[in-house]
Amino acid sequence: MSSLHQPSDGRPVYLVDGVRTPFIKARGKPGPFTPVDLAIQAGRSLLLRQPLPKDAFDQVILGCVNVVASEMNPGRIAALRLGLAETIPAFTMQINCGSGMQSVDTAYRYIREGRQDLILAGGAEALSHAPLMLTPAATEWLAELGLARSMGDKLKHLAKFKPGYIKPVLSLQQGLTDPVVGLNMGQTAEVVANLFGITREQADDYAASSHLRLAKAQEEGWLDDEVVPLYAPDGKVYTFDDGVRPDSSAEKLAKLKPVFERPYGKVTAGNSSQITDGASWLILASEEAVEKYGLTPKAVIKDSEWSGLEPEIMGLGPAVSAGRLAQRNKMTLDDIELLELNEAFAAQVLGCLAAWEDTDFCRAVFDSEPLGRFNRDRLNIDGGAISLGHPVGTSGNRIVLHLMNALHRQGLKRGIATQCIGGGQAGAMLIETV
Amino acid sequence: MNGIILNSLRGREKAIGPFAEASESQPQAWKHWSLKVDSEQIAWLMFDCEGAEVNVLSQPALEELDEIVMTLQADKPKALVLRSAKASNFCVGADIKEFGQLESLDAAKQKLEAAHNVANRFAALPFTKVAVVHGHCFGGGLELALTCDYRIGVQGSAYGFPEILLGLHPGLGGTARSIDLIDPIQAMTMMLTGKTQRDYRAKKLGLIDTLVPERHVYGAIEAAVSGKLKRSKRDIKSRLMLSGPARKFSAKKMREQAASKAPPQHYPAPNKLIELWEAYGGDTKAMLKAEIDSFCELLLTETSRNLVRVFFLQENLKKQASSANTDAKFKHVHVIGAGAMGGDIASWCALQGMTVTLFDMKPEIIGKAIGRTAALCDKKRMNAAAKRAVLDRLIPDLDHRGVSSADVIIEAVPEKIEIKRQVYKDIEPRMKPGAILGTNTSSIPLDQLAEELQNPERLVGLHFFNPVAQMQLLEVVKHQKLADDTYQKALAFTGTIKRLPVPVAGSPGFLVNRALTPYLLEAIVLLDEGVKPELIDKAAEDFGMPMGPVELADVVGLDICLGVADMLRSSLDNAMPAAPEWMKQKVQKGELGKKTGKGLYEWKNGKPEKDNDPGNVPEGLTDRLLLPMLNTCKACLREGVIADEKLLDGAMIFGTGFAPFKGGPMQYSHTRGEADIKQALQELADKHGERFTPDSSWDNG
Repeated sequence: MSSLHQPSDGRPVYLVDGVRTPFIKARGKPGPFTPVDLAIQAGRSLLLRQPLPKDAFDQVILGCVNVVASEMNPGRIAALRLGLAETIPAFTMQINCGSGMQSVDTAYRYIREGRQDLILAGGAEALSHAPLMLTPAATEWLAELGLARSMGDKLKHLAKFKPGYIKPVLSLQQGLTDPVVGLNMGQTAEVVANLFGITREQADDYAASSHLRLAKAQEEGWLDDEVVPLYAPDGKVYTFDDGVRPDSSAEKLAKLKPVFERPYGKVTAGNSSQITDGASWLILASEEAVEKYGLTPKAVIKDSEWSGLEPEIMGLGPAVSAGRLAQRNKMTLDDIELLELNEAFAAQVLGCLAAWEDTDFCRAVFDSEPLGRFNRDRLNIDGGAISLGHPVGTSGNRIVLHLMNALHRQGLKRGIATQCIGGGQAGAMLIETV
Repeated sequence: MNGIILNSLRGREKAIGPFAEASESQPQAWKHWSLKVDSEQIAWLMFDCEGAEVNVLSQPALEELDEIVMTLQADKPKALVLRSAKASNFCVGADIKEFGQLESLDAAKQKLEAAHNVANRFAALPFTKVAVVHGHCFGGGLELALTCDYRIGVQGSAYGFPEILLGLHPGLGGTARSIDLIDPIQAMTMMLTGKTQRDYRAKKLGLIDTLVPERHVYGAIEAAVSGKLKRSKRDIKSRLMLSGPARKFSAKKMREQAASKAPPQHYPAPNKLIELWEAYGGDTKAMLKAEIDSFCELLLTETSRNLVRVFFLQENLKKQASSANTDAKFKHVHVIGAGAMGGDIASWCALQGMTVTLFDMKPEIIGKAIGRTAALCDKKRMNAAAKRAVLDRLIPDLDHRGVSSADVIIEAVPEKIEIKRQVYKDIEPRMKPGAILGTNTSSIPLDQLAEELQNPERLVGLHFFNPVAQMQLLEVVKHQKLADDTYQKALAFTGTIKRLPVPVAGSPGFLVNRALTPYLLEAIVLLDEGVKPELIDKAAEDFGMPMGPVELADVVGLDICLGVADMLRSSLDNAMPAAPEWMKQKVQKGELGKKTGKGLYEWKNGKPEKDNDPGNVPEGLTDRLLLPMLNTCKACLREGVIADEKLLDGAMIFGTGFAPFKGGPMQYSHTRGEADIKQALQELADKHGERFTPDSSWDNG
């Protein structure tokens, strides 16, 4: 088991700086930005702040799940549009909700091994651009129409049209459904809620606090260094995560109907992450690069951990990955000074905390006594995906970025960022401020 | 991108036929052409003007072409490929310098007939002639291409008949041959507007038979020579347009349209061209012949002479930039202030390929500037990728992060000295060595701005005009502590962003605003006397100004006009009229002109509501408006605000639109006679006050 492995040796890897866009809510039609547009707006601000030579980077890695047709390999397109040298290789990573952290982890490993020194690693996602698709029957009908030779054949074929063909398949909806176990992501949260007895009230209460924490962070200016405005070609400016509801409360959220499993389910639109567009970047550097370019690192990556579990309980993944990461680094839960646990669903976040207190779970996963109770004051202290949204390819990057900044703000040292991944996986990353 | 690999392979792409082989036979070489035949018996004629970066169809080049035609007649190849050896152009037209040397109608006709003979004989050569066109193909260049049987356009090529801008029309057979080749109405539109047609438009029009990337030029030549290349054919409608009644009808329409753009009393060329069309359209031979007389008559008009002068005034301004003594390259501009001017300066620089960081305290202001940039890209019909690249390069910068890497910093914050000084204090320590600090101030003396700087020698005035994307002029403003290095860089930078620099002294109002203000103020005084605004505007427009002073004041903004006037009145020792009380009240009420929808006129949809028939301009009105401007120009020359008359005329034409066909204010003064102007001013001074007192430098002659 990987938890028995020791943290690997290698060169230290620094997190130098990072920037993200505001996460903007998808409002039923494509937003003004594609994934690469978002990546450019965050990236150019970051590069302005860290004025490195255009060819200083050895690699660009971008996490992105829903790549749009006009932007195959968005990582490369972003690198070129940012004006970076064409000699720098760039690729795109896809591991669903873990893509933005996988890009950081891959960069971390390249640098630790000594292969590369300076890497730009990010995540970008424009969920509002997820395409509408035709049903297979409609696609077939269209293809046959194209094959019809004579006008008579065409007319005959046209007559076979069924109104149902117009109804598109939402690729986003399909993408959020696990094809192996046939459950929607929201349904997996229902499974977790059920296994650990998470109530609707608990979930709503958690969701409300996510909004209030984000609203406070925005008001206090704690995100000013992290978020740069987005500028649309029509002149509109987006300056903050616009999914936030500063007036949210458990009472208000209680009025919503369950969306995934009616009528008895506990997961509502209000206690789930929001569908948003956004991008985030981090600069990773070796000691040599830090010296060569006179950089001031903010944190060092100590270790990372990826794990798999049954797809129907994918939401418990963070309990597995972060737990193992802590164990391997001889840390108790109390040693995790801040925890960023991506809020895919309130029920799933609370499920992870419950799992650490659960004898059966901990025996099965860690072969140990329960890890204990995690202090919620140190969990997602400035809100999370429920209040600011979950652009899937970006979130993993954002939580590492925000963990780094939040640790600094609070004068703390160690923290873990972790997220569940559709398909039954999870990733976790341990960082220390420097 | 660095372009390391592609750069190492540069120069391989271009199809140059037998010239690519270092084979046994030497090409036949003239000064401006060389000729070589390949193994398939296809002759390649390369146009390569000696010692120049662009090809012009000069007299010597035409004479040599005459010899080449004889050579080709004596030893006929299977076909001929005509192309340019230059990197970026096929041929940009006639040698405009030669125009001024033709003094009489007979001399002009003789020269032009000889040129026509060469072109006609070249056109009549009994084998297939294929023009391969890359880059610019204008005027005489396009006329030369039209004598060929096929035109292969290379991607990126551009075509046009700009003669009309010089008060002329095509004169080397272009009128007849273009009408013969493409939809005649489109051909006439091209010649009447002088507009450049981009490659895909030229293909659509049928000016070129095919449009290919350079790598398929050989393939296209082979197809043309073997007759497989389909020539663009005209449709029935085009042929019907050539009938007499249709020509008469279309000529009427054309006259109306041309008159609305360029009044025929000032610009005779459009009507001469339309006359040719009406009389001979479709009869190629007759039109070719008639074109000669018509062109020569135009060539000797005052309008054409002056417009040719304007062309050289523009070249003179361009030379200020291109001959600047610096190796500096400009890649990154940091613009401070995203308001109307700053935002548009940033936008223009981004369109010219610069990386631009744009500072403002408020993201919404930057957002608006980005919105305007996107709109400008659309207006320029940029494709989606090019537009995206412009927007990618325009980087909002709320923290002045761009200062440390910028080559040029342009400050365009409000006209308050404390604000500007605070900005300088913030950014100056972060400027990189060698960077220059430009200020777009129009009213604060540069010497004052330089006072509190650590390195005042890096400050220079870069005074843009509104609207930035349309006004080509940029005043490069000097001051006492300005370093020559900074000054040279400012000139060169202006060239890099394709604006025309004019060096001016840092005295109040510099040149353009100082000269324009008495003109605008006199219009206000006239309004105060009860003269109709439309009549005032008509007087100026009849003189040839693109827009009357009342409308112009509204466009500039009454607040800005008033501010500049107050500044000039207080800092210059002259008797400018004070703005009337009602005007100050207007400004206080927010009736500032076009930008607020109400000023001296009511504005609807960006247009002033005017009485179209205000009556006849009373005698003396034009002089009352214009002479104060001329008088100030003269004073500026005397004081050394600007170095010479050529620069002054260029600045006034490209900065204010001063009637181009009059050649500029000084040229106009010479034509009219300085003594006459001086006397007129004296009379005005006697009647209306000392503000008209003639400057001491007017010649009594």
